Order: sequence, then C-alpha cells, then structure tokens
Amino acid sequence: MHFALLVLRNAFRHKLRTLLTILGIVIAIASFGVLRTIVDAWYAGANASSSARLVTRSSVSLVFPLPITYAEKMRQVEGVKSVAWANWFGGVYVSERNFFPQFAISGASYLDMYPEYTLKPEERKAFLADRVGAVAGRKLADKFGWKVGDQIPLRGTIYPGTWNFTLRGIYEGRETATDESQFFFHFDYLNEFIKKKYPRRGDQAGVFIEELKDPEQASPVSLAIDATFRNSLAETLTETEKAFNLGFVAMSEAILLAIQAVSYVVIVIIMAVMANTMAMTARERYGEYATLKALGFRGGFVARLIFAESLGIALAGGALGIALTFPAVKAFSNLVGQILSAFYVTNETIRLQVACALVVGVVAAAVPAWRAARIRIVDGLRAIG
Amino acid sequence: MAIPVSYIARNLFARRLTTALTAGGMALVVYVFATVLMLAAGLEKTLVSTGRDDNVIVIRRGAQTEVQSGVDRQQAAVIESLPEIAVDAGDVRLVSKEPVVLINLPKRATGKPANVVIRGVTEAGLALRSQVKIVEGRMFRPGTAEVIAGRAIADNFRGAGLGETVRFASRDWTVVGVFDGGRTGFDSEIWGDAEQMLQAFRRNAFSAVIFRLADPSRFDAVKATLEDDPRLTVEAKRETKFYADQSQALANFISYLGTGISIIFSIGAIIGAMITMYASVASRTSEIGTLRALGFSRAAILAAFLGESLLLGLCGGIIGVAAASVMQAFSISTTNFQTFAEIAFSFALTPKIVVVSLVFSLVMGFVGGFLPAARAARLKIVDALRAA
Repeated sequence: MHFALLVLRNAFRHKLRTLLTILGIVIAIASFGVLRTIVDAWYAGANASSSARLVTRSSVSLVFPLPITYAEKMRQVEGVKSVAWANWFGGVYVSERNFFPQFAISGASYLDMYPEYTLKPEERKAFLADRVGAVAGRKLADKFGWKVGDQIPLRGTIYPGTWNFTLRGIYEGRETATDESQFFFHFDYLNEFIKKKYPRRGDQAGVFIEELKDPEQASPVSLAIDATFRNSLAETLTETEKAFNLGFVAMSEAILLAIQAVSYVVIVIIMAVMANTMAMTARERYGEYATLKALGFRGGFVARLIFAESLGIALAGGALGIALTFPAVKAFSNLVGQILSAFYVTNETIRLQVACALVVGVVAAAVPAWRAARIRIVDGLRAIG
Repeated sequence: MAIPVSYIARNLFARRLTTALTAGGMALVVYVFATVLMLAAGLEKTLVSTGRDDNVIVIRRGAQTEVQSGVDRQQAAVIESLPEIAVDAGDVRLVSKEPVVLINLPKRATGKPANVVIRGVTEAGLALRSQVKIVEGRMFRPGTAEVIAGRAIADNFRGAGLGETVRFASRDWTVVGVFDGGRTGFDSEIWGDAEQMLQAFRRNAFSAVIFRLADPSRFDAVKATLEDDPRLTVEAKRETKFYADQSQALANFISYLGTGISIIFSIGAIIGAMITMYASVASRTSEIGTLRALGFSRAAILAAFLGESLLLGLCGGIIGVAAASVMQAFSISTTNFQTFAEIAFSFALTPKIVVVSLVFSLVMGFVGGFLPAARAARLKIVDALRAA
C-alpha cells in the first residue's frame, strides 16, 4: 500500500513531464496499432479465403484468359463439386480515384460458391433475371450512396466503351473479414459484347473457381486439373484460393515489410524518450534513494520503485494508446476508402501493443534502477540534482 | 548582448546521455522521413526517365497501360504511315509496333512469383530507347526464340540470367543478353522479337505503337490527326507523360503514407525534446538567475534555450540524413498497382530531400524547445537565484 502510494506520488512529482511522456507513449502505441492493422488488412483477403475452393488461371499469367469450355472438363475431374468463372473488368466509375474491384461472373454458379456474400433471396432472383443487373457489396454501396435500382455507369479500360449496369442487389459479408467492396455483373453480358466486337477474344474467362467435395483433397485435385490441360494451347495453374490471394499480397511485400519495420521504429523512438525521462528522474533523486538506503531499505526496493514507476507510466500510456487505436483505424479507413477493404484491429495487435508498452517500461527503467540500487549511500547523499 | 554559442553547445555536451537519447529519437524520425521521400523520388525518377519527350506512344483509347491496350495490324499500319515520324541516319523509320504482355516468373530469393513485362521489339524499338545498352552477351537474333533481359530482371528472377532459359507461351526462350536501361523502367522488362512474341502468344494485335517525332513541337497536331481519324480508336501521349502517369498512384501512396507516419512520429520526438529542455531549464534555474543578474536580457535567455533545442534537432537531423543516405546503395522491387507489373527502383537522395529533412528536424527542435525556453525567459531573477 505504502509502496504503491510512494510510486504514485513519485510519478506525479513532475506532472508536466509525466503527462508528456504518457502522451508520447499513447501516440506511439496507437500508431503502432494502426500500422499493424494496415498490414493485416492486406492479408485480410487471404485470411478470409475458403479452403474448399481452388482457383485456376492461365499458367503464363493472369493477363491471359482461358476458354470457358474448360469448365465442363473441370467438372469431370474427380473431387470437384462445382465450377464457376469470373473476369476482371477494370472499369472506372466517374473518376480513377474511385477504384474498386469489378468482376463479370458466371451467374448463379458463382454466387452459390460464395455463401459468405449473403444476398436477400428476392435480390438474388432479380439479379439473375436481369442481363444488365449487378450486385455490389454493402461498404461499396454505402460509399457511393447506391440504392437497389440505381444505374451505375462504368468506363471500360480493358473492354472499351461505357457500360451501364442496374444495381439489383447489395450483399453483406457473413464475417467481419469478408470483402464488402466488390462489384459483380453477368459474364454473359460482357461476353456478348466481346463476341460482337473481337470475335477471337470471346468465350474466355480470366479465372475459374472450383469448389471441392473434400477440402483435404486440394492438392491432388489441383494437380489433376492442371494435368487435364497440359500441352494444350492454354495451360493452367491451379492453387488454393488462399495461395492465389497470397500471391497478390506477395507483390506488395517490399512495401509491407517497410511498414512493419517502421511500426517498430516508432516503438524505439518512444523507448528513447521514456528512457530519457527515467534517467532524468532517477538522477534527480539519487539523494532520496541514498536516504532510503540509509533508513535500511535494500537496493532491490529502490530498483522496484523505479521499475514500478516506469511500468506504471508505460502501461497507462499503452492502455490509452490501445483505446485510441480504434477511432484512429476508423478515421484512416474512411480516408483511404476502397484501396483496402477489411480494416479491423485484431487481438494479436492488441497483445503486441501491450507487449511493446511493457518492453518500453522495462527497458527505460533498467539502467537507472541498476545504478540506483548500487549507489553508495555516501555518494548518493552527496549528489545534487 | 547574446549568450555565446559555445555555452549552448557545451550544455548539450554536459548532459551526454540525455542529449544522445533525445537526438537519437529525432534522428530516427528524420531517417524514416528522408527514406520515404527518397523512395518516392526514386520511383518518379525511374519512370520519368523511362520516357523521352520526343517519343510518342499510341495505345487504345481508354486503356491506361500497354498491357490493357490492343492495336490491331490495320490500325498499326495507319499509325506507321504518319509522315511526321523521324528517320535515323541509317534510313530506318523510328517506329516500333510492340506487343506487351505480363508473365509470371519466380523471384530468385523467395521463389514467389511476380509479374514481369515481356516486350516484343524490333531494331527500331532499340533505336527509340537510346538509354538502353546491352552490357553482357549480345542482342537477340530476329526470328529466333532468344530474348534479352533487363538488369533488374536478370538479377532478381529465376531463369532470367545470361545463358539461362525462361519458359513461357509453351516455349523455352534463351537469355542471350543482359541490358542496362540506365535506371529506367526498362530495367524491369524482358525483350524479344516482336513477331515471335505475337506468334507465341497467339495474338494478332500489338499493344502499343511507339514512334519518334521528327519535329517534337508537332506533337499536338499529330495527336489530333490520330485521335480524329475514324479508322482508329487510339490515343497518343508523350512518352514522358505516359510513364509519369503510371508512377503517380504508387508514388502518391508512398509519399502520403510516409509523410503521415513521419508527422505522427515527429510528435513523439518533439515530446522528447520538450521533456529534455524542461529538465534542462529546471536544473539550471540558478544559472539562469546568474545570467540575468549579469545583465543578459530575457530575449537572450530565450534565444539561448531555443538555440540549444534547435542544435539538438539539427544533430538529430544530420544523423538521420546520414543514415538515410546509406540507403542509396539499396534498391527495392515491388508491384506497381497501375501496371500490375514488377518495377525495380532505388532510393534517390536529392538536394531537396536533404534540405527538407534538415528543416523538418529544425522545426521539431523549435516546437519542442519553444515552451521550455519561454519558461526560462520568464523566470524572475530573485526567484531563480533563490532556487539553488
């Protein structure tokens, strides 16, 4: 009890200094949390993927399409439950700043494969019945204020011209990690246009998605699919949905590593600030520590005093910092909008934040505590500020 | 009368540990700040120098990149026949019809695949890019399955080094040469014979037509001719602008994120400086009283403490910039979201970045030192002398 009171009194002896230090830790811990969340958001797509789905693309690269006749052959591969396909559209909505992913999908077969995109039955029916119908995610619809029935014009970059779609449904994510910023429309509508304009490029899909009967069979089935098309004009590469999504993440790996490194730099910066505070505090109090020792307290007690004060300040800052992370992430997610979708603070981030606050507290107290514990009473009493 | 600078500097030296910790924190902030600016500058430099002002690139209207674009043979022939196209000393018309595609290649270090640009070129295509030089091996022979690889690709991707083979479009291609694109985007490409590429990828449309203008000032007229021609659905851009546009999103992303991070981090460092300076003022109260009693004015005291804080910031700034300058030796390779292709670029330290970073560190010192210096200046002589 007396110990706690002494620590508390000590901590607030220089109110301004302590408050500034806490403020610094709050900012450091909060920005650490925001940076980690940004990195997590990158991996969100991969983490949200289902182990029961495979993705097949051209073995050359994603730029090369595959004939949709492949779907029938894939369905015959042992272990495949159903097959769907999609095409990246890459259109521009009003301005290039409004980027969001758009896919031309194979209608019902695609929607059935993604039960995590929950769509009202009547909206699903309306979408499937309308050739120029489209479905958008909740977040995307909210961003642009779209309502069911709205006309949405997209300017094609890969497929020239202006395309008008009628929004027939808005899907919601079943889980927090589900991407609610996608836009889907009918592959048949796109294909019809391509066949008319570029007959050679018709009936081709960007990727095929296969649902597995048994997720355990992912690797034999993907090998079997690729074997089916070996030595054909368009060879395939099949991988699990997770591996496919991680492939995209790997492309930005250099940047992600940099962000991760920087998120630890801020902790080091604040460690220097905190260590400085504790060093100054201890130096000013050498006389008091010597007095305590002269009264019969052991070096360990003095060290504990300093550690308790340092940890107390660090953890107070850490707790406030964690609390501040949530509104900060929200603000950031509103700012960057559609580039990255799923922003949410994971438990691991919070655990790391607590760990960082602890480490800062301990490291900052180490040298002053060691010195204070070993100080000779005579030297300590002689010391001035 | 002002307090001598040596007095200010010695104060910092007297409390070495505190000074080192505070300046160290500031140095880290400046390091992050400078590094990010260098990265954005490096990317811009790479992509801007990829283009030449008198080169014109023609792609399909609405397409933003060469990979998205398609220009069929008839349209390409129309563009090729423009009278404004320059002719070089060897009587070759400087126009190149190029297929550009992306293929997946595994990186040497990690084995993870990334998208690499494959460009089909002709002899004129090489002449159009005077900055491209073959540094190892030789040029590919037209009509064969030979390719040459850019420096960054040869170093970083499996099978792309000299003498190795890369497999794509159901064929094995031998790398017979490595070229240096002079730190441009071409360093991140593989080049082969245009007609061979069209056959291998079973395409009958080029991606882009690139030509040199005989008279660069005629660009607007040529652009109008091409875009108004009813036989064509294309748009023409100066090559410099085309590549600068492609680096925009990534460069913006890097500099926004980096500047945001630096500003937030700097708050931490400013707080550090503030704590140090407050402590410095508190521990020297009687000294301040003595100085005042000797006749130094309040303004002189303010200037001395502000000077100390600025010096602290400058130390941090110099260390930070020095550390960042080491980064020039490294380069970074990542995917440009706009082209979806791998691009290698290095950290570029420009004089502007040095100045901006040092100013940034001084601002941190100023903001951190102002309040403590004001407190020091406001102290009453009697109180200050009594404080000891």
